[in-house]
Amino acid sequence: MKVLMFGWEFPPHISGGLGTACYGLVKGLVHHNQDIIFVVPKLWGDEEPLADFVNASGVTIDYKEKKFKQIWKNLTYLEVGSFLVPYLGPEEFKKYTDYALHDRVDVDESVFSNKFEFSGKYGKDLMKEVSRYALVAAQIAKSKDHDVIHAHDWLAYPAGIAAKHMSGKPLVAHIHATEFDRSGESVNKPVFDIEYAGLHAADHVVAVSHLTRNIVINKYGVHPDKVSVLHNAVLDASIIESKVKKKVPEKIVTFLGRITFQKGPEYFVEAAKKVIQRDPNVRFVMAGNGDLLNRMIDRVAELGMGTRFHFTGFLKGQDVDDMYAMSDVYVMPSVSEPFGIAPLEAVRHNTPVIISKQSGVAEVLQNAVKIDFWDVDAMADAIFALLHYPSISKMFKELGSEELKNLKWEHVAAKLVTVYDKITKE
Amino acid sequence: MRTICFYFQVHQPLRIKPYRFFDIGDDHYYWDDYSNKSIMRKVAQKCYLPMNALLLDLINHYNGAFKVSFSISGVCLDQFEAYAPDVLESFKKLVATGHVELLNETDGHSLSALKNKEEFVRLVKIHQEKIKKHFNGYEPKIFRNTELIYSDTIGATVAELGFEGILTEGAKHILGWKSPNYVYKNSINPELKVLLKNFQLSDDIAFRFSNKSWPDYPLTTDKFVKWINAIPKEEETLNLFMDYETFGEHQWADSGIFEFMRALPEAVFRGSDFGFSTTSEVVRNAKIVSPIHVPTPISWADEERDLTAWLGNDLQDEAFGKLYELADKVKGIDDEEIQRDWIYLQTSDHFYYMCTKFFSDGDIHAYFSPYDSPYDAFINYMNVLSDFILRVEKKIKESKPV
Repeated sequence: MKVLMFGWEFPPHISGGLGTACYGLVKGLVHHNQDIIFVVPKLWGDEEPLADFVNASGVTIDYKEKKFKQIWKNLTYLEVGSFLVPYLGPEEFKKYTDYALHDRVDVDESVFSNKFEFSGKYGKDLMKEVSRYALVAAQIAKSKDHDVIHAHDWLAYPAGIAAKHMSGKPLVAHIHATEFDRSGESVNKPVFDIEYAGLHAADHVVAVSHLTRNIVINKYGVHPDKVSVLHNAVLDASIIESKVKKKVPEKIVTFLGRITFQKGPEYFVEAAKKVIQRDPNVRFVMAGNGDLLNRMIDRVAELGMGTRFHFTGFLKGQDVDDMYAMSDVYVMPSVSEPFGIAPLEAVRHNTPVIISKQSGVAEVLQNAVKIDFWDVDAMADAIFALLHYPSISKMFKELGSEELKNLKWEHVAAKLVTVYDKITKE
Repeated sequence: MRTICFYFQVHQPLRIKPYRFFDIGDDHYYWDDYSNKSIMRKVAQKCYLPMNALLLDLINHYNGAFKVSFSISGVCLDQFEAYAPDVLESFKKLVATGHVELLNETDGHSLSALKNKEEFVRLVKIHQEKIKKHFNGYEPKIFRNTELIYSDTIGATVAELGFEGILTEGAKHILGWKSPNYVYKNSINPELKVLLKNFQLSDDIAFRFSNKSWPDYPLTTDKFVKWINAIPKEEETLNLFMDYETFGEHQWADSGIFEFMRALPEAVFRGSDFGFSTTSEVVRNAKIVSPIHVPTPISWADEERDLTAWLGNDLQDEAFGKLYELADKVKGIDDEEIQRDWIYLQTSDHFYYMCTKFFSDGDIHAYFSPYDSPYDAFINYMNVLSDFILRVEKKIKESKPV
């Protein structure tokens, strides 16, 4: 099968989990002898040569093709001054839009140039890039032979739709996160609209968890028969032995992730208070950055536990590994987590994990304590238990690493190939 | 005469309520009264009451030629008293017919036989007294250990207590080429007879009856009689051991399980040379073939028929170990509530909920567990046990002269 795949990023140049997931999936598909044409807005040249990579920035658009006119017509709504930046909270969003409005240039100016230089980032011109990306996609769909089209998340949905319009091949819309996960009920309408259009234009939808599948069905009104679940997997299941020693005698309980609504940091803070009241020999760490950071700092001060609750700011690279390794418990209290790969990283460091039932990873990881994100009592109870009853951590170590070994991208890709087979036959 | 021996296990654990670590040292009541009561009432309506009525009918109808044996755990009898006196009454009626035998077990449905002989003997005696009290001075002659757990040494202890026989699983790895359809004896003390469950035919009723993907579905009495007629003539005892909740609870009424049982005696009398016996009748009447060697304990659970449903993973071992560390301390404490909780905390089900085997196979564990995961079960139990340990320590301090 020849697959024309549209993503937004690819390792090593990634800023989120989307690129990693695309990488794993492509690797798995190659294992099953599928030919992949992988398109990204910007190619850096140091990607692993797993697929026929296409740099959207390098594609010349041939406007003589009649269908372009119609594709462009369908895309113009994206251009209506929406300087939207996903993966940012409302406060940062405001900062960006203020700046963008001030700095505004005429968005139409480059539409009919033959080439478009993409940044491939999640910047202020994101909507513009998304719509240009779709035009380029149509051009690629015209020139490159393929059997099926596969688009990852809303950024690539207009590209997927345009490609389908051009070649008439079936479209798979892969959903790694929905606007409801990112923003709760206060969704950004333009993003929702693109997601809606992509999910409905698709011949089949692939969701990263049952949780996400339910959102696709209930909030976007997609027919259940059209939506399959393909859980994410791990690229490397090996245990990471760390030489890092923690420098405090107390046990360490860690939150590591963006400090935003979606990740539920406030529940972690409240649970910390309950634990500290009963057990002074614990320290809590909140690692990461985000629009709720200041509110969390205020709340920790208000609860009078500043000497026991620490903020590290944004961590990357080795610091992330060290943080996992130093932790006695890792907590992911996400309010809505389509999948959530971080707990699996914690497992690789032999760190026991507590995860919210509102996460996709809870559907595949058995060796974890699972709680409702809002159930602060249960969260505190689980933290206490992991710190005081040693056999759970011992069991997690023994069984958790075994479990990881079964989460293979080859298995995921095998399921995906059956989806491809089904929709290309229809 | 060849004979069928029905033994039914009647048991409901006392389930623990959600108990947080902040409750430790503060809340000393552990039991989930609401769910214990509602489950007891549900099972009473679906199983105990209709099945007891059916058995009473059959016993009367066949004038005692049809008979059965029961073991009712102490923790279950206590819940009958509290939540289902109507069920207790119906059991009393059955026993009063003289054709229903009661077996002795440990009061708390505990695993103490594996850990603490003194505690085991104590719990057997408490259960004995409870049966005497409820059933008009009845004295059991036959013993069945929790989950049919048996080994040579457990058997020897039971023989010391004066029992004539004991029930256990006809586990393949113990029997080898031998048949479960004979009566064996304990390999240390030959006075104790050992009855082995025929798991094939027992599980045909208990597990497979309503399974539509089973090639022998639907199971009819004619089919069943054909199978028992296929047993070699010299094998005289067929032990059908199962949970009593099979009837109406594990196999729902609409599966036809009640009709099957109602029709079975007639079909057996008409179509075979089998009759029915209680466990003590089997022990007294059958010829004893040979000693059976069981050096390591067996049980009736799962494919392995070993102890791994209750013990063996780190969670179970920590909880079980911490619990029995208390045995000597609790012994000397004169406090009714501590003594009561001590027994209820020993119930095997608490450890069953902590089993992690079902990650790979038996979702049967998940079906019986009130918890989402074995880790939740462990955390809740350990919180309760932590509080219990504090109570025990406190009592001991108080009772020491200053």
